[in-house]
Amino acid sequence: MPIDIDIEHVARLARLALTPEELDEYKTQLGVILEHAARVQALETGAAGESAHPLRLANRYREDETRPSLDRDEILAQAPDAEDGFFVTPPALEIV
Amino acid sequence: MRRSVVDAGARLRSGDVTAVGLLDEALTQASLTESQIHAFLTIDHDGARESAERADADLDRGEDHGPLHGIPFALKDNMVTRGLETTAASQILSGYRPPYDATVVTRLRAAGAVIVGKTNLDEFAMGSSTENSAYGSSYNPWDITRVPGGSSGGSAASVSVGSALAALGSDTGGSIRQPASLCGVVGMKPTYGTVSRYGLIAFASSLDQIGPITTIVEDSAIVLTAIWGHDPLDATSYPGELPDPGARLHAGVDGLRVGVVKELSGDGYESEVEASVSEMVQRLSEAGAEIIEVSLPSFEYALSAYYLIAPAEASANLARFDGVRYGLRVEGETTEEMMAATRGQGFGPEPTRRILLGTYALSAGYYDAFYGQAQRVRSAIQEDFGRAYEQVEVLVSPTSPTVAFPAGARTADPLAMYLSDICTIPSNLSGHPAVSVPIGLDGGRLPIGFQVMAPALGETTMYQVAAEVERLGGFDESPVLEAVAS
Repeated sequence: MPIDIDIEHVARLARLALTPEELDEYKTQLGVILEHAARVQALETGAAGESAHPLRLANRYREDETRPSLDRDEILAQAPDAEDGFFVTPPALEIV
Repeated sequence: MRRSVVDAGARLRSGDVTAVGLLDEALTQASLTESQIHAFLTIDHDGARESAERADADLDRGEDHGPLHGIPFALKDNMVTRGLETTAASQILSGYRPPYDATVVTRLRAAGAVIVGKTNLDEFAMGSSTENSAYGSSYNPWDITRVPGGSSGGSAASVSVGSALAALGSDTGGSIRQPASLCGVVGMKPTYGTVSRYGLIAFASSLDQIGPITTIVEDSAIVLTAIWGHDPLDATSYPGELPDPGARLHAGVDGLRVGVVKELSGDGYESEVEASVSEMVQRLSEAGAEIIEVSLPSFEYALSAYYLIAPAEASANLARFDGVRYGLRVEGETTEEMMAATRGQGFGPEPTRRILLGTYALSAGYYDAFYGQAQRVRSAIQEDFGRAYEQVEVLVSPTSPTVAFPAGARTADPLAMYLSDICTIPSNLSGHPAVSVPIGLDGGRLPIGFQVMAPALGETTMYQVAAEVERLGGFDESPVLEAVAS
């Protein structure tokens, strides 16, 4: 049976503004995909741990030394809005 | 005769052709084919010509940068190129000119390669047909009513028609091997961690790996040698010794144990694909390989695990596209409204679907049942591979259960599209190397690919078998695009 999900909540968490029609369509599709994906629960995994890197690398630290970074102006030139060396966005906090 | 890097290099060094001449040949192929296959998003005419002229000048001075010197090369457009538009086929990155080169790009340039342009892909590499591009689909050179596969469909198609002699793709669930199979070229995914991901626009970081698409196996090993190796800019980069991947291309398969994966056959596999793969297995046996049928029962769960792990990682990676630092911005009253509006409009349907799926799979209350269990399935798959490699040196299967399918055939059904990757996904979950080699055409003159898989850092044996498969198959055809036949 397709899995029922609270699609408005998920879209809000993902910061995706979607129309009601789009939300309906994604809700249906995701239900079907998740029903298939839920098959993972059928495998008896026993003591198997979770794994990511196949070569089992240990964490390594780089030397803590200064080195040149990318050019600030070149980076800011790609931004939709920038000023005085900063990215500019609409208000994030309301000033009271 | 198919074009190859090896052949072009020989012509270049014998004085038959210049690097500028090789570039002109590639651009001529592009001009004859692009209107029908749309392999490229950007062709860098000026940059390529400058590189080719420099390659010629270097060679005149006796400075030979090696086998890729002067070779026309294509890059999938999810690898950043300084100053050259890079969009990952998404509206959300429209107009983005990266301030740096990906490590693979730096290495290719140092090896003297001439970068012709950036190839089309499914948006953010999410798809199996190159129909999810925000800038229009690519088409298969063998039949332009069909898909080239994906997501590296533009790279595979460009090499197939010779508008580049080699290309790079990226492979998260089969995105190099499956389009290579559908376009009749060689596509290879290296061991995870051996090729730097610095400058690859991330989709699923624990699965993504860059690799070569070429016409022949020898070229594949040459390109891999040029791009792999430790990179301190990628925290998952492997710091150890790497083998010489092309060391045993002529060694044959006598005495090697080759495992046929029982789970990668049956329902959903086209009969001509299965027959062609079985025939190749028989020939490997006649060439001296010992054939052993092996079972990897956890493969049954690979696709399900993949469609939890990859979207979960994608939902985190794609959080960076928020209208602040690059690309599209759709205005809003607050930062959050601006971000949601930008993302709602900038992402196409497939990234949106996967971001939603991943966000759900990682959200409170569902993590352990979905993402956590998928990661444990991944461990089970790695253990199954480990047991199989105690019995055999390599595993073989079809690369794709079907030949190239008609454009539009699977776009309405995401799950049917996902099934395109059933043979390729296990090697991404395990992080192991795998390669697709073309072995022939079906009755409709569509290419069939044969997959060779090997354990971690087993590239030398993998290519040894792939080269024998190539010799035994004798595949030496190029597509003929009827509308431009002269």
